[in-house]
Amino acid sequence: MKPKILLLVSSLLILASLAMVFVFVPTEANQGVIQRIFYFHVPVAWVAFFAFFVTFVAGIVYLVKRNPLWDMMACVSAEIGLVFTTLVLITGSIWGRSFWGIWWTWDARLTSSLVLWLIYIAYFIIRAYISEEERKARFAAVVGIIGFVDVPIVALAIQLAPTAQHPNGEIFHGGVKGLMLVTLLLSIAAFTALYLLFMVVGISIKKDERELAGIKEAMKE
Amino acid sequence: MKFWTHVAAIAWKDILSELRTREIITSVLVFAVLILVIFNFTFNADSSLMRQIAPGILWVAFVFSGVLALNRAFIPEKEEGCLDGLMCCPVEREAIYVGKALGSLFFMLLVEVVVLSVFALLFNIAAFQPEIIVVTLLATIGFVAVGTLFSAMAINTRAREMVLPILFLPIITPVIIAAVSAVTLVLDAKSWGDIFSWLVMLIAFDVIFTVVSFMVFPYIIEE
Repeated sequence: MKPKILLLVSSLLILASLAMVFVFVPTEANQGVIQRIFYFHVPVAWVAFFAFFVTFVAGIVYLVKRNPLWDMMACVSAEIGLVFTTLVLITGSIWGRSFWGIWWTWDARLTSSLVLWLIYIAYFIIRAYISEEERKARFAAVVGIIGFVDVPIVALAIQLAPTAQHPNGEIFHGGVKGLMLVTLLLSIAAFTALYLLFMVVGISIKKDERELAGIKEAMKE
Repeated sequence: MKFWTHVAAIAWKDILSELRTREIITSVLVFAVLILVIFNFTFNADSSLMRQIAPGILWVAFVFSGVLALNRAFIPEKEEGCLDGLMCCPVEREAIYVGKALGSLFFMLLVEVVVLSVFALLFNIAAFQPEIIVVTLLATIGFVAVGTLFSAMAINTRAREMVLPILFLPIITPVIIAAVSAVTLVLDAKSWGDIFSWLVMLIAFDVIFTVVSFMVFPYIIEE
């Protein structure tokens, strides 16, 4: 898809969802105005998880096909995933500060998100410490696969652990209905479009970098 | 059948060279005991509190000494050019993984037996209960399954052994959680039934990551 079309679509969707979040959607009775961060928090978390899934799949395809395009895709998707996981942690913290009165607690979801974040930090550390492009791609693919397989197990283990269990699903208290559901779905669509835009632009930057590296190599000779 | 002959040969090579040099076992063992001693100073707690935090201390000692041991699994291979030799052999790449993993498993279990004895003595805890032994065995298999893969990876990066803990620790968090929770329950006089879900989790982790690591290992030592 053309980046310009994606830019237009995601801008419109984001404007629409901002209007919904700040103007039209009713304030949640139990939590008050801070609950509105949830229309940002949940879609961001969804995109982060989807991005790591793309990294996982692209990693497998790279190991089979050995086309560098798949590695670019895995890498760009992991970059977006990492940024969005950071946003999940930040928006979650802001919500926690206003609802629980603390920035951080070792709650099951918070802890799983933090471990997820650390796994993909490791993904980029591995990439940074390898110079050869081909080996970098191979190792990164393996970390992307192992990391993604680990995520549900981490979440389950932390869920089962006896320490620091906060009431689950608090944010879904009373269910998400009507206008709230519409707003949520619209935000999810907006952030998914944004993800696609970042992917397309990110991959084209990677391609340019690769081409540039090739030209530099050629000039040395 | 030939596969397992290769595996046995590689594992035996590691065990033999370790028995002659005693490089890994000595330093890892001393390191693990030092962790126990240092925790004793840092918490300086009375015995009832110490009992509560003892499982955590034990597993920190196991995890950190495990990182040290797993790092050593591939360093001599790389430095002495042994890995190149192995790759020239008509041996499946997967056999190298299983052989190295079995070697590391052997060293780690040996270290853990001694550390568990020291732990029981220093913290006055009945550590040699069948439940704790099974949990330790299952957790160590999980450590070795991912650790062997990541160790082979770390040695092929510029930062070498620095990379292993960064990769290894977040991935094995479920194992640490399961092991610490299970040991805590056992020390609270709970039995098999109460730790059942943790055992299932450990077995699931072991099976999943042994299979996945086995499948992706050949991609790590390709060149």
